[in-house]
Amino acid sequence: MPDAAPAFTLRDGHGEEHTFTGREPTVVCFVKKDCPTCETVLPLLGSWQRAFGAALPFLVVGQSGADNALLEQKMGGGAVLDDADLTVSFRWDVEIVPTLVVTDAQGARRRTLVGFVREEWQAFAADLASELQVPEPECHWAALPAWQPGCGSASADPLVAERLRAAAANSPLRARRIEIGAQDDEHEFLFDQGLTDGLPVVPPTPERVLRMLSGTDRDPQEVIAVVPPNMAEVTVEKVAINAVMAGCRPEYLPVVLAALEAVCTDTFNAHGVMATTMGASPVLVVNGPIRHRIGMNMKLGALGQGNRANATIGRALRLVLRNVGGARPGGTERSTLGNPMKFTMCFAEWEERSPWTPLHVERGFAPDDSVVTAFAMTSGPVQLVDQQSRSAAQLAGTFGLCLESAFAPKLHYTTDALLVVCPEHVDTLHRDGWGKAELRARIQQVTRRPLRELVQDETSGSGVPKEAAERMTAEQLGRELPKFRREEDIHIVVAGAEAGKFSGAFHGWATGEIGSQPVSVKIREAR
Amino acid sequence: MTTTILDPTDERVPVTRSITPRPQRLGGVVALLDISKPRGNVLLDRLAELLAERAPEVTIKRYAKPTFTKPAPDDLRRRIVEEADFVVEALAD
Repeated sequence: MPDAAPAFTLRDGHGEEHTFTGREPTVVCFVKKDCPTCETVLPLLGSWQRAFGAALPFLVVGQSGADNALLEQKMGGGAVLDDADLTVSFRWDVEIVPTLVVTDAQGARRRTLVGFVREEWQAFAADLASELQVPEPECHWAALPAWQPGCGSASADPLVAERLRAAAANSPLRARRIEIGAQDDEHEFLFDQGLTDGLPVVPPTPERVLRMLSGTDRDPQEVIAVVPPNMAEVTVEKVAINAVMAGCRPEYLPVVLAALEAVCTDTFNAHGVMATTMGASPVLVVNGPIRHRIGMNMKLGALGQGNRANATIGRALRLVLRNVGGARPGGTERSTLGNPMKFTMCFAEWEERSPWTPLHVERGFAPDDSVVTAFAMTSGPVQLVDQQSRSAAQLAGTFGLCLESAFAPKLHYTTDALLVVCPEHVDTLHRDGWGKAELRARIQQVTRRPLRELVQDETSGSGVPKEAAERMTAEQLGRELPKFRREEDIHIVVAGAEAGKFSGAFHGWATGEIGSQPVSVKIREAR
Repeated sequence: MTTTILDPTDERVPVTRSITPRPQRLGGVVALLDISKPRGNVLLDRLAELLAERAPEVTIKRYAKPTFTKPAPDDLRRRIVEEADFVVEALAD
């Protein structure tokens, strides 16, 4: 308990105000309904209030609102002060009722009785009577139990305590508070304010946000990124608010924070990704031990719906970009068609099912680091259907031919791709001893086309401009270009169900320095 | 009980309530709410007359707050929302 007891003013059931000033010796006792120990002491408190109340403030504080009247009856009359919203009990740090506190003229706690120990309460009454030179009221002490433990204070109820902590002066929350009227539907209000992605969100009450913040040991006011397009600073608290709205559990918060750090970099270029008419969206891949700790899906349906972590982490990131960064469709977000990944797109790699080096290790992290990698992708996931190839070369050939359609078949050297290889396909590739390097090389091999085949023609006007081709020599037109500028532009992870020869691919956006490049950030979990 | 939420935005823009879109045509039920301040009824009586004269498609319903010193009771507000399309409130004398 803190040393100096905080001052308060409360009304009793008759509307009369009583103040604890902390400037004179005072007795304060906290009680509630439905506590057998409080029932034991209430008659004592009644007689003491009558006997000592003239000599010093003898305040009985009830935690039961309208039911305080019942407490008053059990006292045989007197005044029970109403602490219905429990703020005084909370500020006094009352954990058990009854708790009786005697304070001195400086407000310091001289004596504290918790629960009921007959000897202690008896000694207290005798001491107080002799100190105040007031006759001690009669009491049949022998009829009372020698010892009776108290009950939990109503202010210590976990749900109530969260509300009280959120409202307290030292609350870590700083965000603007918005009141939703009693007759407003909170979900309609959130839609009305333009704060959702078109689906309902969980209302971010202070209690929920505090609970969300328990998922990280970072300071709630730490600025973790500057979010485009508005270039707004975002604190851990603001991310937590949006994570609540998205439906995250607190243990997902570190992943959301890392994802946000990843996309709010010049390398990832979230401004371009969100603003482009082409319709790009962040796609998040999670690696490392956290996948298991927070129950992410990396197996059956990994790229689909149904897993809370996958669904809400991606959504939380998107809500921060919308609400803090200001990326709203029709505003700075101007995608011609949009795509469903703009709601959410996040999954984990099934590292244990892969014979290959996992994504995060390829990108320079330790195997036991937890890492989130953000890709900017415009299409996906598209299915790569191959139920017939039995050799690695055939299967990788299919992948290559499918990937050639990214953007448009004749547009080579312009984008990157994220390939999600399913377990059965991994087995086919691995059986022939193929790793990621062989897979990448084969994709480049089968998509290699002489430049003359990539020139605009009557079939498709999307390709190398005719005028440019006319200025080229035969040798230049014969130069072969694979689909991707560099093999590293083919990103590969493993995920999916054990059954099914269906891999997936996300097609990228403008890659390299002019567009967006993947960014990986290590996830800092709470200790 | 009001619900408190924390603002998820960068707080550049004040929180505002959007206004219901204005109708193209004056018709339906108009609630005239008297807050029970002296002579508020005089103003509303006159308004009712004018509406009846100039907007015959309008049906008028009259409501009154028990006292102008306190917010309208929840039940009254709920009734107005259920029964009327528009509300005109005579605020003060």
